[in-house]
Amino acid sequence: MDKEVAVQSLTDTMAKFTSYIGKRLPTDVKQKLADLRTLETNPLAKSIYDSMAENQEAADKLDRPSCQDTGVIQYFISAGAKFPLLGELEEILQNATLGATKIGPLRHNAVETFDEKNTGTNTGSKIPWLDWEIVPDSDCATIDVYMAGGGCTLPGKATVLMPGQGYEGVTEFVFDVITSRGVNACPPLLVGVGVSTSVETAARLSKRAILRPVNSKNPNANAALMEELLEEGLNEVGIGPQGLTGNNSVMGVNIESSARHPSTIGVAVSTGCWAHRRGKIRFNADLSYEVLSHEGVVL
Amino acid sequence: MKKILQTPIRDEDLESLNVGDVVYLTGHLVTCRDVAHRRLIEQKRELPVDLKGGAIFHAGPIVRKKDDGKFEMVSIGPTTSMRMEKFEREFIKQTGVKLIVGKGGMGPETAAGCQEGKAVHAIFPGGCAVLAATKVEEIERAEWQDLGMPETLWVNRVREFGPLIISIDTKGKNLIEQNKARFNEKKAPVMERIFSQVRFIK
Ligand code: SF4
Repeated sequence: MDKEVAVQSLTDTMAKFTSYIGKRLPTDVKQKLADLRTLETNPLAKSIYDSMAENQEAADKLDRPSCQDTGVIQYFISAGAKFPLLGELEEILQNATLGATKIGPLRHNAVETFDEKNTGTNTGSKIPWLDWEIVPDSDCATIDVYMAGGGCTLPGKATVLMPGQGYEGVTEFVFDVITSRGVNACPPLLVGVGVSTSVETAARLSKRAILRPVNSKNPNANAALMEELLEEGLNEVGIGPQGLTGNNSVMGVNIESSARHPSTIGVAVSTGCWAHRRGKIRFNADLSYEVLSHEGVVL
Repeated sequence: MKKILQTPIRDEDLESLNVGDVVYLTGHLVTCRDVAHRRLIEQKRELPVDLKGGAIFHAGPIVRKKDDGKFEMVSIGPTTSMRMEKFEREFIKQTGVKLIVGKGGMGPETAAGCQEGKAVHAIFPGGCAVLAATKVEEIERAEWQDLGMPETLWVNRVREFGPLIISIDTKGKNLIEQNKARFNEKKAPVMERIFSQVRFIK
Protein backbone atom coordinates (compact mmCIF):
# COMPACT_ATOMS: atom_id res chain seq x y z
CA MET A 1 0.00 0.00 0.00
CA ASP A 2 1.21 3.47 -0.90
CA LYS A 3 2.01 5.46 2.24
CA GLU A 4 -0.56 8.20 1.65
CA VAL A 5 -3.31 5.64 1.14
CA ALA A 6 -2.18 3.78 4.25
CA VAL A 7 -2.30 6.95 6.37
CA GLN A 8 -5.79 7.75 5.10
CA SER A 9 -7.03 4.23 5.73
CA LEU A 10 -5.74 4.17 9.33
CA THR A 11 -7.17 7.66 9.99
CA ASP A 12 -10.61 6.59 8.72
CA THR A 13 -10.64 3.41 10.78
CA MET A 14 -9.62 5.26 13.95
CA ALA A 15 -12.18 8.04 13.36
CA LYS A 16 -14.95 5.48 12.96
CA PHE A 17 -13.79 3.46 15.95
CA THR A 18 -13.51 6.55 18.17
CA SER A 19 -17.06 7.56 17.27
CA TYR A 20 -18.30 3.98 17.66
CA ILE A 21 -17.16 3.61 21.28
CA GLY A 22 -19.24 6.66 22.29
CA LYS A 23 -22.37 4.82 21.26
CA ARG A 24 -21.79 1.26 22.44
CA LEU A 25 -20.16 0.00 25.63
CA PRO A 26 -17.39 -2.61 25.51
CA THR A 27 -18.48 -6.23 25.93
CA ASP A 28 -16.97 -6.66 29.42
CA VAL A 29 -18.68 -3.53 30.79
CA LYS A 30 -22.00 -4.46 29.22
CA GLN A 31 -21.80 -7.92 30.77
CA LYS A 32 -20.86 -6.55 34.19
CA LEU A 33 -23.75 -4.08 34.19
CA ALA A 34 -26.13 -6.89 33.23
CA ASP A 35 -24.77 -8.98 36.15
CA LEU A 36 -25.12 -6.11 38.62
CA ARG A 37 -28.65 -5.51 37.41
CA THR A 38 -29.54 -9.16 38.09
CA LEU A 39 -27.90 -9.10 41.54
CA GLU A 40 -29.69 -5.92 42.62
CA THR A 41 -32.67 -6.27 44.98
CA ASN A 42 -33.30 -2.63 45.91
CA PRO A 43 -36.26 -1.59 43.69
CA LEU A 44 -35.02 1.97 43.13
CA ALA A 45 -31.53 0.76 42.19
CA LYS A 46 -33.07 -1.87 39.92
CA SER A 47 -35.07 0.79 38.08
CA ILE A 48 -31.86 2.79 37.51
CA TYR A 49 -30.19 -0.25 35.95
CA ASP A 50 -33.29 -0.65 33.77
CA SER A 51 -32.96 2.97 32.60
CA MET A 52 -29.28 2.44 31.81
CA ALA A 53 -30.06 -0.64 29.71
CA GLU A 54 -32.91 1.17 27.96
CA ASN A 55 -30.59 4.09 27.23
CA GLN A 56 -27.94 1.85 25.67
CA GLU A 57 -30.54 0.17 23.47
CA ALA A 58 -31.85 3.54 22.30
CA ALA A 59 -28.32 4.83 21.62
CA ASP A 60 -27.53 1.76 19.53
CA LYS A 61 -30.80 1.91 17.60
CA LEU A 62 -30.71 5.68 16.96
CA ASP A 63 -26.93 5.65 16.43
CA ARG A 64 -26.30 8.47 18.92
CA PRO A 65 -23.68 9.01 21.66
CA SER A 66 -25.12 7.26 24.71
CA CYS A 67 -24.07 10.01 27.13
CA GLN A 68 -24.01 13.65 26.04
CA ASP A 69 -20.55 14.07 27.59
CA THR A 70 -18.27 12.37 25.07
CA GLY A 71 -15.23 13.51 27.04
CA VAL A 72 -11.71 14.46 26.14
CA ILE A 73 -10.31 11.87 23.73
CA GLN A 74 -7.28 9.93 24.97
CA TYR A 75 -5.29 7.27 23.12
CA PHE A 76 -3.06 4.73 24.86
CA ILE A 77 -0.73 3.32 22.26
CA SER A 78 1.32 0.20 22.51
CA ALA A 79 3.24 0.24 19.24
CA GLY A 80 5.79 -2.14 17.83
CA ALA A 81 9.12 -0.45 17.04
CA LYS A 82 8.68 -1.79 13.50
CA PHE A 83 5.06 -0.67 13.00
CA PRO A 84 5.20 0.95 9.53
CA LEU A 85 3.26 4.14 10.46
CA LEU A 86 4.92 4.75 13.83
CA GLY A 87 6.11 8.24 12.90
CA GLU A 88 2.74 9.20 11.41
CA LEU A 89 0.58 7.94 14.29
CA GLU A 90 0.39 11.24 16.19
CA GLU A 91 -1.00 13.13 13.22
CA ILE A 92 -3.26 10.23 12.29
CA LEU A 93 -4.87 10.25 15.75
CA GLN A 94 -5.31 14.04 15.70
CA ASN A 95 -7.18 13.73 12.43
CA ALA A 96 -9.13 10.71 13.67
CA THR A 97 -10.40 12.85 16.56
CA LEU A 98 -11.45 15.61 14.15
CA GLY A 99 -13.23 13.01 12.05
CA ALA A 100 -14.96 11.34 15.00
CA THR A 101 -16.18 14.73 16.23
CA LYS A 102 -18.07 15.11 12.94
CA ILE A 103 -19.29 11.52 12.61
CA GLY A 104 -20.42 11.13 16.26
CA PRO A 105 -21.26 13.93 16.59
CA LEU A 106 -19.11 14.39 19.70
CA ARG A 107 -19.61 17.29 22.08
CA HIS A 108 -16.88 19.95 21.92
CA ASN A 109 -14.81 19.28 24.99
CA ALA A 110 -11.36 20.78 24.38
CA VAL A 111 -10.81 24.11 26.13
CA GLU A 112 -7.38 25.70 25.69
CA THR A 113 -6.04 26.37 29.17
CA PHE A 114 -5.03 29.96 30.01
CA ASP A 115 -6.66 31.23 26.80
CA GLU A 116 -9.83 29.59 28.15
CA LYS A 117 -11.39 29.12 24.72
CA ASN A 118 -13.17 26.03 23.48
CA THR A 119 -11.45 25.02 20.24
CA GLY A 120 -14.70 23.51 18.94
CA THR A 121 -12.85 20.55 17.39
CA ASN A 122 -11.95 18.33 20.36
CA THR A 123 -8.31 18.92 19.44
CA GLY A 124 -5.92 21.38 21.07
CA SER A 125 -2.50 21.53 22.69
CA LYS A 126 -1.55 17.91 23.43
CA ILE A 127 -5.21 16.88 22.93
CA PRO A 128 -6.12 14.21 21.99
CA TRP A 129 -3.84 13.00 24.77
CA LEU A 130 -1.39 10.29 23.69
CA ASP A 131 0.31 7.79 25.97
CA TRP A 132 3.06 5.67 24.39
CA GLU A 133 4.61 2.30 24.99
CA ILE A 134 7.05 0.94 22.42
CA VAL A 135 7.23 -2.82 21.97
CA PRO A 136 10.64 -4.01 20.68
CA ASP A 137 10.70 -6.34 17.67
CA SER A 138 6.98 -6.08 16.92
CA ASP A 139 5.36 -4.63 13.78
CA CYS A 140 1.81 -4.39 15.21
CA ALA A 141 0.12 -1.56 17.13
CA THR A 142 -2.56 -1.83 19.79
CA ILE A 143 -4.51 1.34 20.57
CA ASP A 144 -6.87 1.92 23.49
CA VAL A 145 -9.30 4.80 22.98
CA TYR A 146 -10.86 6.39 26.03
CA MET A 147 -13.49 9.12 26.39
CA ALA A 148 -12.61 10.95 29.59
CA GLY A 149 -15.91 12.55 30.60
CA GLY A 150 -16.03 15.37 33.14
CA GLY A 151 -17.99 13.50 35.79
CA CYS A 152 -15.79 10.42 35.81
CA THR A 153 -12.55 12.42 35.66
CA LEU A 154 -13.41 14.64 38.65
CA PRO A 155 -12.81 12.10 41.45
CA GLY A 156 -9.21 11.46 40.26
CA LYS A 157 -6.60 11.96 42.97
CA ALA A 158 -2.96 11.13 43.66
CA THR A 159 -0.67 11.44 46.65
CA VAL A 160 2.55 10.09 48.14
CA LEU A 161 2.29 8.18 51.40
CA MET A 162 5.01 7.38 53.88
CA PRO A 163 5.91 3.70 54.04
CA GLY A 164 4.68 3.64 57.65
CA GLN A 165 1.17 4.20 56.32
CA GLY A 166 1.57 1.04 54.31
CA TYR A 167 -1.12 -0.64 52.24
CA GLU A 168 -3.51 0.31 55.01
CA GLY A 169 -2.96 3.91 53.89
CA VAL A 170 -3.60 2.88 50.29
CA THR A 171 -6.88 1.26 51.36
CA GLU A 172 -7.98 4.36 53.23
CA PHE A 173 -7.10 6.61 50.29
CA VAL A 174 -9.18 4.52 47.88
CA PHE A 175 -12.19 4.41 50.21
CA ASP A 176 -12.08 8.15 50.84
CA VAL A 177 -12.00 9.03 47.16
CA ILE A 178 -14.81 6.66 46.22
CA THR A 179 -17.19 7.41 49.09
CA SER A 180 -16.83 11.18 48.78
CA ARG A 181 -16.16 12.35 45.23
CA GLY A 182 -17.01 9.05 43.57
CA VAL A 183 -20.65 9.23 44.58
CA ASN A 184 -21.45 11.96 42.03
CA ALA A 185 -19.47 10.35 39.20
CA CYS A 186 -22.25 8.05 37.98
CA PRO A 187 -21.56 4.81 39.89
CA PRO A 188 -21.17 1.85 39.62
CA LEU A 189 -17.57 2.87 38.90
CA LEU A 190 -14.61 0.92 37.63
CA VAL A 191 -11.90 1.88 40.11
CA GLY A 192 -8.30 2.08 38.90
CA VAL A 193 -5.55 2.20 41.52
CA GLY A 194 -1.88 2.88 40.83
CA VAL A 195 0.60 1.83 43.52
CA SER A 196 4.01 3.14 42.65
CA THR A 197 6.77 5.56 43.63
CA SER A 198 5.55 9.12 42.95
CA VAL A 199 2.40 10.98 41.94
CA GLU A 200 2.81 10.92 38.17
CA THR A 201 3.83 7.26 37.94
CA ALA A 202 0.95 6.22 40.20
CA ALA A 203 -1.51 8.41 38.27
CA ARG A 204 -0.53 6.96 34.90
CA LEU A 205 -0.79 3.41 36.22
CA SER A 206 -4.20 4.11 37.77
CA LYS A 207 -5.48 5.17 34.35
CA ARG A 208 -3.94 2.12 32.69
CA ALA A 209 -5.72 0.04 35.33
CA ILE A 210 -9.19 1.12 34.14
CA LEU A 211 -8.25 0.15 30.60
CA ARG A 212 -7.90 -3.45 31.76
CA PRO A 213 -11.00 -5.65 31.42
CA VAL A 214 -13.46 -5.38 34.30
CA ASN A 215 -12.99 -8.91 35.62
CA SER A 216 -9.23 -9.17 35.03
CA LYS A 217 -6.83 -9.83 37.88
CA ASN A 218 -3.39 -8.48 38.68
CA PRO A 219 -0.82 -11.30 38.17
CA ASN A 220 0.80 -10.63 41.57
CA ALA A 221 -0.98 -12.63 44.28
CA ASN A 222 -0.92 -9.85 46.92
CA ALA A 223 -2.11 -7.23 44.44
CA ALA A 224 -4.89 -9.56 43.27
CA LEU A 225 -5.91 -10.12 46.89
CA MET A 226 -6.04 -6.39 47.46
CA GLU A 227 -8.18 -5.92 44.33
CA GLU A 228 -10.60 -8.45 45.68
CA LEU A 229 -10.68 -7.00 49.21
CA LEU A 230 -11.23 -3.46 47.95
CA GLU A 231 -13.96 -4.56 45.58
CA GLU A 232 -15.80 -6.54 48.26
CA GLY A 233 -15.30 -3.80 50.83
CA LEU A 234 -16.54 -1.00 48.59
CA ASN A 235 -19.52 -3.11 47.57
CA GLU A 236 -20.35 -3.61 51.22
CA VAL A 237 -20.68 0.17 51.62
CA GLY A 238 -23.59 -0.12 49.16
CA ILE A 239 -23.28 3.07 47.13
CA GLY A 240 -25.54 1.67 44.41
CA PRO A 241 -26.14 3.08 40.94
CA GLN A 242 -25.99 6.91 40.90
CA GLY A 243 -25.16 6.91 44.63
CA LEU A 244 -28.78 6.06 45.47
CA THR A 245 -27.71 3.01 47.53
CA GLY A 246 -27.92 -0.61 46.46
CA ASN A 247 -26.36 -4.03 46.85
CA ASN A 248 -23.11 -3.03 45.15
CA SER A 249 -20.93 0.03 44.57
CA VAL A 250 -18.41 -0.75 41.86
CA MET A 251 -17.95 -2.69 38.64
CA GLY A 252 -14.53 -3.68 39.92
CA VAL A 253 -11.16 -2.58 41.28
CA ASN A 254 -8.03 -2.93 39.11
CA ILE A 255 -4.57 -2.27 40.50
CA GLU A 256 -1.43 -1.60 38.45
CA SER A 257 1.92 -1.18 40.14
CA SER A 258 5.63 -0.58 39.74
CA ALA A 259 8.62 -0.83 42.06
CA ARG A 260 8.97 2.14 44.44
CA HIS A 261 11.53 4.11 46.40
CA PRO A 262 11.98 2.53 49.86
CA SER A 263 10.81 5.79 51.47
CA THR A 264 7.66 6.43 49.42
CA ILE A 265 4.39 4.87 48.33
CA GLY A 266 2.87 6.78 45.45
CA VAL A 267 -0.84 6.08 45.15
CA ALA A 268 -3.48 7.31 42.73
CA VAL A 269 -7.10 6.61 41.87
CA SER A 270 -8.76 7.03 38.47
CA THR A 271 -12.41 6.20 37.98
CA GLY A 272 -14.46 5.09 35.02
CA CYS A 273 -18.21 5.76 35.23
CA TRP A 274 -20.86 3.14 34.44
CA ALA A 275 -20.81 4.45 30.87
CA HIS A 276 -17.15 3.43 30.65
CA ARG A 277 -16.46 4.24 27.03
CA ARG A 278 -13.23 2.67 25.98
CA GLY A 279 -12.19 0.49 23.06
CA LYS A 280 -9.19 -1.63 22.11
CA ILE A 281 -8.11 -2.22 18.52
CA ARG A 282 -5.06 -4.03 17.14
CA PHE A 283 -3.49 -3.26 13.76
CA ASN A 284 -1.16 -5.54 11.89
CA ALA A 285 1.63 -4.20 9.69
CA ASP A 286 -0.63 -4.46 6.61
CA LEU A 287 -3.27 -2.40 8.53
CA SER A 288 -5.73 -5.25 8.76
CA TYR A 289 -7.25 -4.94 12.21
CA GLU A 290 -9.15 -6.63 14.96
CA VAL A 291 -11.39 -4.95 17.53
CA LEU A 292 -10.64 -6.59 20.87
CA SER A 293 -13.04 -4.73 23.17
CA HIS A 294 -16.39 -5.00 21.42
CA GLU A 295 -17.86 -8.21 20.03
CA GLY A 296 -19.44 -8.14 16.59
CA VAL A 297 -18.32 -4.67 15.52
CA VAL A 298 -18.80 -3.44 11.98
CA LEU A 299 -17.04 -0.12 11.45
CA MET B 1 -48.62 2.73 39.14
CA LYS B 2 -46.52 5.54 37.67
CA LYS B 3 -46.87 8.83 39.53
CA ILE B 4 -46.96 11.56 36.90
CA LEU B 5 -46.59 15.25 37.65
CA GLN B 6 -48.08 17.72 35.21
CA THR B 7 -47.03 21.35 34.72
CA PRO B 8 -48.17 23.75 36.08
CA ILE B 9 -47.35 21.92 39.31
CA ARG B 10 -49.31 22.88 42.44
CA ASP B 11 -48.16 22.73 46.08
CA GLU B 12 -50.56 19.87 46.79
CA ASP B 13 -49.00 17.74 44.02
CA LEU B 14 -45.69 17.81 45.88
CA GLU B 15 -46.60 17.85 49.57
CA SER B 16 -47.11 14.09 49.82
CA LEU B 17 -43.82 13.26 48.05
CA ASN B 18 -40.89 11.93 50.08
CA VAL B 19 -37.23 11.53 49.22
CA GLY B 20 -36.65 8.30 47.29
CA ASP B 21 -40.05 8.44 45.54
CA VAL B 22 -40.01 8.05 41.77
CA VAL B 23 -42.10 10.36 39.58
CA TYR B 24 -42.41 11.24 35.89
CA LEU B 25 -43.14 14.59 34.29
CA THR B 26 -45.54 15.53 31.53
CA GLY B 27 -45.71 19.12 30.31
CA HIS B 28 -42.88 21.60 30.01
CA LEU B 29 -39.29 21.17 31.13
CA VAL B 30 -36.89 24.07 30.59
CA THR B 31 -33.11 23.63 30.55
CA CYS B 32 -31.54 26.11 32.93
CA ARG B 33 -27.99 25.94 34.23
CA ASP B 34 -25.01 28.05 35.30
CA VAL B 35 -25.29 31.25 33.29
CA ALA B 36 -29.09 31.47 33.39
CA HIS B 37 -28.94 31.27 37.19
CA ARG B 38 -26.19 33.88 37.26
CA ARG B 39 -28.09 36.27 34.99
CA LEU B 40 -31.23 36.14 37.13
CA ILE B 41 -29.63 36.31 40.56
CA GLU B 42 -26.41 38.31 40.07
CA GLN B 43 -27.28 40.47 37.09
CA LYS B 44 -30.95 40.76 38.03
CA ARG B 45 -32.13 40.14 34.48
CA GLU B 46 -35.62 38.83 33.96
CA LEU B 47 -35.84 35.25 32.70
CA PRO B 48 -37.41 35.02 29.23
CA VAL B 49 -39.53 32.06 30.37
CA ASP B 50 -42.23 32.10 33.06
CA LEU B 51 -41.34 29.32 35.49
CA LYS B 52 -44.20 29.70 37.97
CA GLY B 53 -45.35 26.15 38.70
CA GLY B 54 -42.73 25.01 36.21
CA ALA B 55 -39.85 22.56 35.98
CA ILE B 56 -36.20 23.17 35.14
CA PHE B 57 -33.47 20.77 34.07
CA HIS B 58 -29.78 21.27 34.90
CA ALA B 59 -28.57 20.08 31.51
CA GLY B 60 -26.61 21.11 28.44
CA PRO B 61 -28.01 19.14 25.53
CA ILE B 62 -26.90 18.31 21.99
CA VAL B 63 -29.55 19.84 19.69
CA ARG B 64 -29.80 19.55 15.90
CA LYS B 65 -31.47 22.11 13.64
CA LYS B 66 -33.73 20.33 11.17
CA ASP B 67 -34.33 21.32 7.54
CA ASP B 68 -37.70 22.93 8.43
CA GLY B 69 -35.92 25.26 10.88
CA LYS B 70 -37.20 23.40 13.96
CA PHE B 71 -34.92 21.97 16.60
CA GLU B 72 -34.50 18.30 17.40
CA MET B 73 -33.30 17.01 20.76
CA VAL B 74 -30.46 14.54 20.07
CA SER B 75 -29.07 13.89 23.53
CA ILE B 76 -29.90 15.51 26.88
CA GLY B 77 -28.42 14.31 30.14
CA PRO B 78 -28.27 15.96 33.54
CA THR B 79 -25.24 17.90 34.70
CA THR B 80 -23.99 18.17 38.29
CA SER B 81 -26.66 20.09 40.23
CA MET B 82 -24.30 21.11 43.01
CA ARG B 83 -22.88 23.86 40.79
CA MET B 84 -26.19 25.71 41.09
CA GLU B 85 -26.29 25.43 44.91
CA LYS B 86 -25.12 29.01 45.30
CA PHE B 87 -28.16 30.37 43.45
CA GLU B 88 -30.99 27.89 43.78
CA ARG B 89 -32.66 29.08 46.99
CA GLU B 90 -33.05 32.59 45.62
CA PHE B 91 -33.96 31.19 42.19
CA ILE B 92 -36.88 29.23 43.66
CA LYS B 93 -38.07 32.31 45.54
CA GLN B 94 -37.95 34.60 42.50
CA THR B 95 -39.36 32.25 39.86
CA GLY B 96 -41.80 30.04 41.76
CA VAL B 97 -40.28 26.96 40.07
CA LYS B 98 -41.58 23.71 41.56
CA LEU B 99 -39.39 20.95 40.17
CA ILE B 100 -35.62 21.04 39.72
CA VAL B 101 -34.09 18.10 37.88
CA GLY B 102 -30.37 17.33 37.80
CA LYS B 103 -27.59 14.95 38.74
CA GLY B 104 -26.28 14.19 42.23
CA GLY B 105 -27.47 15.94 45.34
CA MET B 106 -27.71 19.59 46.32
CA GLY B 107 -26.84 21.28 49.60
CA PRO B 108 -28.56 22.81 52.64
CA GLU B 109 -29.35 26.13 50.92
CA THR B 110 -31.40 24.43 48.22
CA ALA B 111 -33.05 22.23 50.83
CA ALA B 112 -34.10 25.38 52.70
CA GLY B 113 -35.33 26.90 49.44
CA CYS B 114 -37.41 23.80 48.69
CA GLN B 115 -39.00 23.98 52.11
CA GLU B 116 -39.83 27.69 51.82
CA GLY B 117 -41.11 27.51 48.27
CA LYS B 118 -42.72 24.05 48.40
CA ALA B 119 -40.46 22.77 45.64
CA VAL B 120 -38.51 19.53 45.09
CA HIS B 121 -35.18 18.51 43.59
CA ALA B 122 -35.08 15.25 41.63
CA ILE B 123 -32.32 13.15 40.10
CA PHE B 124 -32.48 11.86 36.54
CA PRO B 125 -29.98 8.99 36.08
CA GLY B 126 -26.70 10.39 34.72
CA GLY B 127 -25.46 9.07 31.41
CA CYS B 128 -28.98 8.23 30.16
CA ALA B 129 -29.03 11.07 27.64
CA VAL B 130 -30.61 9.27 24.70
CA LEU B 131 -33.38 7.86 26.88
CA ALA B 132 -34.11 11.42 28.03
CA ALA B 133 -34.09 12.75 24.47
CA THR B 134 -36.70 10.20 23.41
CA LYS B 135 -39.07 11.62 26.06
CA VAL B 136 -38.92 15.09 24.50
CA GLU B 137 -41.86 15.47 22.12
CA GLU B 138 -40.92 18.87 20.80
CA ILE B 139 -38.64 21.82 21.48
CA GLU B 140 -41.22 24.60 21.53
CA ARG B 141 -38.94 27.58 22.08
CA ALA B 142 -35.28 28.44 22.48
CA GLU B 143 -34.48 31.53 24.56
CA TRP B 144 -31.20 33.29 25.24
CA GLN B 145 -29.58 31.55 22.28
CA ASP B 146 -26.66 33.98 22.63
CA LEU B 147 -25.46 31.67 25.42
CA GLY B 148 -24.63 28.88 22.99
CA MET B 149 -26.06 25.39 22.73
CA PRO B 150 -25.37 24.09 26.25
CA GLU B 151 -26.66 27.18 28.09
CA THR B 152 -29.65 28.15 25.92
CA LEU B 153 -33.02 27.87 27.69
CA TRP B 154 -34.61 25.07 25.68
CA VAL B 155 -38.34 24.86 26.36
CA ASN B 156 -39.16 21.19 25.92
CA ARG B 157 -42.58 19.61 25.80
CA VAL B 158 -42.07 16.24 27.46
CA ARG B 159 -44.19 13.17 28.04
CA GLU B 160 -43.60 10.91 31.03
CA PHE B 161 -40.06 12.20 31.38
CA GLY B 162 -38.22 10.11 33.96
CA PRO B 163 -37.48 8.27 36.14
CA LEU B 164 -37.10 11.27 38.46
CA ILE B 165 -35.96 10.31 41.95
CA ILE B 166 -36.95 12.86 44.57
CA SER B 167 -33.72 13.82 46.35
CA ILE B 168 -34.94 16.89 48.27
CA ASP B 169 -38.60 17.01 49.30
CA THR B 170 -40.85 19.88 50.45
CA LYS B 171 -40.00 19.06 54.07
CA GLY B 172 -36.35 19.84 53.27
CA LYS B 173 -35.18 16.21 53.63
CA ASN B 174 -32.03 15.52 51.58
CA LEU B 175 -31.53 11.98 50.25
CA ILE B 176 -27.95 12.28 49.02
CA GLU B 177 -26.77 13.89 52.28
CA GLN B 178 -28.42 11.04 54.19
CA ASN B 179 -26.74 8.50 51.92
CA LYS B 180 -23.31 10.07 52.28
CA ALA B 181 -23.57 9.96 56.06
CA ARG B 182 -24.56 6.30 55.78
CA PHE B 183 -21.60 5.46 53.51
CA ASN B 184 -19.18 7.15 55.90
CA GLU B 185 -20.59 5.23 58.83
CA LYS B 186 -20.36 1.92 57.00
CA LYS B 187 -16.85 2.29 55.69
CA ALA B 188 -14.88 2.41 58.97
CA PRO B 189 -15.46 -1.22 60.08
CA VAL B 190 -14.97 -2.48 56.50
CA MET B 191 -11.61 -0.72 56.25
CA GLU B 192 -10.52 -2.10 59.63
CA ARG B 193 -11.10 -5.61 58.36
CA ILE B 194 -9.11 -4.99 55.19
CA PHE B 195 -6.21 -3.40 57.11
CA SER B 196 -5.51 -6.67 58.89
CA GLN B 197 -5.17 -8.47 55.55
CA VAL B 198 -2.90 -6.05 53.69
CA ARG B 199 0.07 -5.81 56.03
CA PHE B 200 2.44 -6.68 53.18
CA ILE B 201 5.24 -4.56 54.66
CA LYS B 202 6.73 -6.72 57.37
S1 SF4 C 1 -19.95 10.51 34.70
FE1 SF4 C 1 -20.00 9.31 32.80
S2 SF4 C 1 -22.14 8.68 32.51
FE2 SF4 C 1 -22.09 10.31 34.04
S3 SF4 C 1 -22.51 12.15 32.86
FE3 SF4 C 1 -20.26 11.97 33.03
S4 SF4 C 1 -19.59 10.83 31.22
FE4 SF4 C 1 -21.84 10.59 31.38
